[in-house]
Amino acid sequence: MASSVEVDREGSAVAQPPTTTSSSGGGSVAAVPASADEASPDGRRGLTSRLRRRPSTPTVQPAPGVVTGPDLDIAPNDPILGYFHETPGVVDIRTLTLESPALDQMRDAGVVLVVPLVTSGELVGLLQLGPRLSERDYSKDDRQLLESLARYAAPALRLGQLVRQQESEARSRERFEQELKVAQLIQQQFLPKVLPDLPTWHISAFYRPARTVGGDFYDFISLPDGRVMVVTGDVTDKGVPAALVMSSTHALLRETGPRLKSPSAVLARVNDLLCEDIPAHMFVTCLAMVLDPPTGRVDFANAGHNLPYVRGVDGTVRELHATGMPLGLMPGMTYDQYDAVIAPGEQLLLYSDGLTEQHDGSGEMFGFGRTADVVARARTGDELTDLCVTELARFTGPDVEQEDDITLVALRRTEGAAHGASAPGVITAFSLPSEPGNEREALARVAEAVADFGLTEDQVDRLKTAVAEATMNAIEHGNANRSEVPVDVTVYDEDTQVAVTVTDHGGSLGEVGATHPDLELKLAGLQTPRGWGLFLIENMVDEVDQSMEDGRHTVRLVMYRDPDAPTTEEGSDVDV
Amino acid sequence: MSTYEVDVRGEPPVAVMTLEGRIDRDAMTSLTLAYEAAVVADPPVILLDFGDVEYINSTGIALIVGVLGRARAEGRRVFASGLTDHYERIFTITKLSDFIQIYSDVDSAVDGAAAH
Repeated sequence: MASSVEVDREGSAVAQPPTTTSSSGGGSVAAVPASADEASPDGRRGLTSRLRRRPSTPTVQPAPGVVTGPDLDIAPNDPILGYFHETPGVVDIRTLTLESPALDQMRDAGVVLVVPLVTSGELVGLLQLGPRLSERDYSKDDRQLLESLARYAAPALRLGQLVRQQESEARSRERFEQELKVAQLIQQQFLPKVLPDLPTWHISAFYRPARTVGGDFYDFISLPDGRVMVVTGDVTDKGVPAALVMSSTHALLRETGPRLKSPSAVLARVNDLLCEDIPAHMFVTCLAMVLDPPTGRVDFANAGHNLPYVRGVDGTVRELHATGMPLGLMPGMTYDQYDAVIAPGEQLLLYSDGLTEQHDGSGEMFGFGRTADVVARARTGDELTDLCVTELARFTGPDVEQEDDITLVALRRTEGAAHGASAPGVITAFSLPSEPGNEREALARVAEAVADFGLTEDQVDRLKTAVAEATMNAIEHGNANRSEVPVDVTVYDEDTQVAVTVTDHGGSLGEVGATHPDLELKLAGLQTPRGWGLFLIENMVDEVDQSMEDGRHTVRLVMYRDPDAPTTEEGSDVDV
Repeated sequence: MSTYEVDVRGEPPVAVMTLEGRIDRDAMTSLTLAYEAAVVADPPVILLDFGDVEYINSTGIALIVGVLGRARAEGRRVFASGLTDHYERIFTITKLSDFIQIYSDVDSAVDGAAAH
């Protein structure tokens, strides 16, 4: 590689002021970068291998007639480097014919002899001499003396270079480590110290910086209306610059979030503000999501970040799709806003590309498929974190360094809420697989939930029957007995009444009151014996209504708290 | 409902079908078998005793409608006993009570059959 050195990088051979004055002539020493491997650690400049030798004492002044060696900067492709490298002994440059700028420079400076300092086959420096101070030219003895001097000087010079180089590398390593510490400090400063405590939600977060510290961040920003904005992001680049951009982005999100509320508006604004100041080669990917804890509704917009995954109650995984340009690239960008509902029992994962883009020893990426598998297997946030870490470790093997920061934020909507304490009005919420017989679990859990909410025993019995019928209907008709599709049941305390919603994923609006089963017709074989469900529901509770939203069909059952309140017509006709 | 018990009591003979557990889709086979057992002696009255029944849903109602239809077709009367207030209410709402005489317990049902 020694011969290629001069091709690739600045040949930074430097000549110094004369270091010796002697009767035999003025001379100077120039050091030549010895090889590519010994260039400075950043590989860009050869400056670190320069050796400057200063006058031993400031009082030593060049004697008259002493030649000052030129401050040589030999270009890597200067043929003289090859010539010196190949030529042992003293070179009289006065007689040398070579197209070399460095040669011209030396001649102009009055140099007549050059002694290449070569050791272990590497040109490490040049000894330059001006004309002999006496009138005679350099003698054969002089030249021999110079040659032996060069033989001793070359390895010594090389040794000196290596020592200097090592010192310099150690210093820059230290600087680098110091910078990483600073970057880490900045970054960790802005990560949430505590996670928000949201009723009916379990939130967990995991952050593991790469050694080089990427620019990952996440945050939870409370909005004035009780919702929470969850953001995850990743600044391109690493180290202190990334950490600084991350801190600005963090501040901008914190400032605009509560003011603008909508994720798309927030991203658009932060993008515009960031564009003004961000260094040219940097940008930020960011996903902003506003969560309404009681309903599970999420509104989100995406600036080039990884798409969130949602694990359904049955373990199926879906992706929340949203696209948009990363922040800080171009001003005036707009971001589409999307929404979704996270049902009770479902878990949402926001994550950075440090997970998906980690390579194993053979260069394969962990990828989205493995990530989705992990999401499918984990029921809780802690499980998810553990699985991500263990699966990633198993994938990469022990000796592969983590390439980028890894951030995981998991939000799980719990199936059953803590009694009374949780979301306003919600007594409990749970999901059940669509399997025949699960209506009994629904009625048992609803009965338990409403036990202390002022309903009479009879009302509770009626509510149980109605809930069972509505759930059966959702299982059999709405979800067509597909066990992987959940039925969501939520019980509300609505001041003067208790309400229960039963939601399926595909039912259509039944016609309440449309088909009254007629027992006489049934007994006469003119009507199927079945078909009592909706009729029973209507007659059990005080109010029934149905709604469709986003392909989800919800039956809402209401029972008035005051037992004397009017019930539905059929119900009130009955004297029990 | 997975087990059932049938015995015949009183005069005129009342075939007492003692039902238990849940009257829902799972009860279909048992209820049919119980009915078959009940009609072996060709009783004029079938008594469905719900004293040990904890849950009846719309499918169960449909099964009861089926039993009632078949009994009527065979010229038998159907009585019921042991219904909770809640399920008695459901019998009323569905008008099953128009066709099924409701008694509080088995004894009063057997007595009731004799009185008619």
